[in-house]
Amino acid sequence: MNNSLLVVIVASAIFYGTPLLFAALGELLAERSGVLNLGVEGMMLMGAVSGFWAVQTFGGPGWLSLLSGVAVAALVAAATSLIHAFLTITLRASQIVSGLALTIFAGATGLSSYIGHVANLSGKPAHHEFTAIDVMGLGDAPFIGPILFHQNALTYASWALVGLILLYLYRTRPGLHLRAVGESPATADAMGINVTAYRYIHTMLGGALAGVGGAFFSLAITPFWLDGMTSGAGWIAIALVIFAFWRPELALVGAYLFGAFSSLAFTLQARQVHLPPEVFSSLPYLMTIVVLVLVSSGWGRRRLGAPAALGVPYVREER
Amino acid sequence: MVAVPIGSLIGAVILSSIILLATGHDPLATWQRLLERGFFSEGALSATLVQATPLLLTGLAAAAAFRMQTWNIGAEGQLYLGAVGASGIAIALQSQSAALVIPAMVLAGLVTGAAWAAIPGALRAFFRTNEIITSLMLNYVGGLLITYLIFDSHSYWRELSTFTSRVFPQGKYLSPSAAWPSLQIAGIGVPFGFFIGMFAAAGLWMLYRSTRFGFEARVIGDSRSAAHYAGIRTRRKIVAVMALSGAFAGLGGASEIGDFRHVLDPRGLQQASFGYGGIVVAALARLNPFAVIVVALLLGGLSNGGFSLQGADFPAGLVGTLQGLILFCALAGELLVHYKIRLGRPAGVSHKPADAARVGAA
Repeated sequence: MNNSLLVVIVASAIFYGTPLLFAALGELLAERSGVLNLGVEGMMLMGAVSGFWAVQTFGGPGWLSLLSGVAVAALVAAATSLIHAFLTITLRASQIVSGLALTIFAGATGLSSYIGHVANLSGKPAHHEFTAIDVMGLGDAPFIGPILFHQNALTYASWALVGLILLYLYRTRPGLHLRAVGESPATADAMGINVTAYRYIHTMLGGALAGVGGAFFSLAITPFWLDGMTSGAGWIAIALVIFAFWRPELALVGAYLFGAFSSLAFTLQARQVHLPPEVFSSLPYLMTIVVLVLVSSGWGRRRLGAPAALGVPYVREER
Repeated sequence: MVAVPIGSLIGAVILSSIILLATGHDPLATWQRLLERGFFSEGALSATLVQATPLLLTGLAAAAAFRMQTWNIGAEGQLYLGAVGASGIAIALQSQSAALVIPAMVLAGLVTGAAWAAIPGALRAFFRTNEIITSLMLNYVGGLLITYLIFDSHSYWRELSTFTSRVFPQGKYLSPSAAWPSLQIAGIGVPFGFFIGMFAAAGLWMLYRSTRFGFEARVIGDSRSAAHYAGIRTRRKIVAVMALSGAFAGLGGASEIGDFRHVLDPRGLQQASFGYGGIVVAALARLNPFAVIVVALLLGGLSNGGFSLQGADFPAGLVGTLQGLILFCALAGELLVHYKIRLGRPAGVSHKPADAARVGAA
């Protein structure tokens, strides 16, 4: 019964949704501080390439190597996001153009590809990869086993992260300050909150999480490195933040919904459902458009949940 | 006027030299070879025009949309669709004369590109759906569509007459009457598409400068609420500008087929990523259509040099890195000029932050 279509689809939706969840949570934090970062795709690719490089380069036991891979991916992607932070927060450049520039700079034909080729990473399998953990021997429990107890460590980490971010946003003082900065930076400033620092920190946190999401591609989904291997996941993550009305728990639901669309091709093909592969592959992109239209035309009309100061640079002298 | 773009190029060259040094490459030798391959060696300029032609047209596509603060990031997909339209009509009219086929291809490229761009345009206008994400998603869909047409279907575009072509999928090659003429000027082959692009640039300049349509589009770009109070019909304008932008990109796709490839080639079109390059061209040209021509030639040379040198000691990815850095420097430079930052003097300059948010685009 654990092989039934429903269980397989849900379990693989969670697996394929995990990188989307990481990236969406990161973008959510950045946008909550008022910074729209369209460079998620580029930062994910930087994470994918640098995480893979670290695993190939650093020896040690598998878990340590993978841990260093994730840490390097997070650091490198956070450093990449620093460019966007500097241009948009300090220089107050257009967040849209700067984010696009970040994706072109770091993306499939940019620095991530350059690093991958210079370090000669392509065409080799990863020395270590994230594999599913059989938690407490419940991995083959009926129905819930494959879904809840047979995922990899990063997926479990992402669940913890959703909880942490929820606590942070709604139950801590810095979380309250963050929301204030995103809604009304002038008010936050008057309260003595350092708007610039909050924006920098959360843009870089967003970069770090996008990097972890990227590393999930090169260390879990396809354990090798390829130019542009995230193929638009970063953009879907940006859309996810909108569907989720800027709420972490809804980002989790949305990420798994899109994880399901991404995994459907493999699941159904294994079951002899024959359709052109392009039909399945285009599903996540088409569904992104459909859901965005639904959200923006219906209840989202009032931009429910969007931080009021999203995309607006903060200038102290201005009221 | 030209200080910022030139400064951006210099800044980008310095920054990428640091990256080259850090990865054990000699920057000076790299730039020397890049410039030689891009501009100075024999036949370099003709090869540069091959890259510059699509960049010119996608650059115009970006400039047309960005001027109204409409973010069409979908030139990539619109270019694919233009290629589908142009090659489709050329196959249908294969026995006709060039005088009929070539205009039909141009028209088909314009229409299919415009139609593909009108989708995110209409969604933006009628459902207020973020056009950045929808137009970008359609790039991936467009890429999958052309892959499907050649690799996974028995479509009209696919060659199926010989045994090898059934085993190794490829598109139908077009008849010679569908090959666009190129003009030899001082030994340099200037593609027909580049000429159309220059006319298109002049047309776009006129449109924004001296027509009611262009004026209203500029008002919408500068202040959407002002346009609304003035009674400008913003919805139609958004769809129209997106379609116009897509038409330029579609023309780029038609030129790819008519000028260079003569076959619908999904892999080649997707590897080139001219759509994203067009954004860099437009931004560096500060959305001025005539400047787009010059910048397209410049960045076309860099792409040409970069791609033709690609190999072990000239890793892939340098072209995109350089383009991204140029864009970063252009953004930073634009702001430095705008705020008239002077080093070593107290800041007594009036700030106009309301404009700052859109400086990179305006």
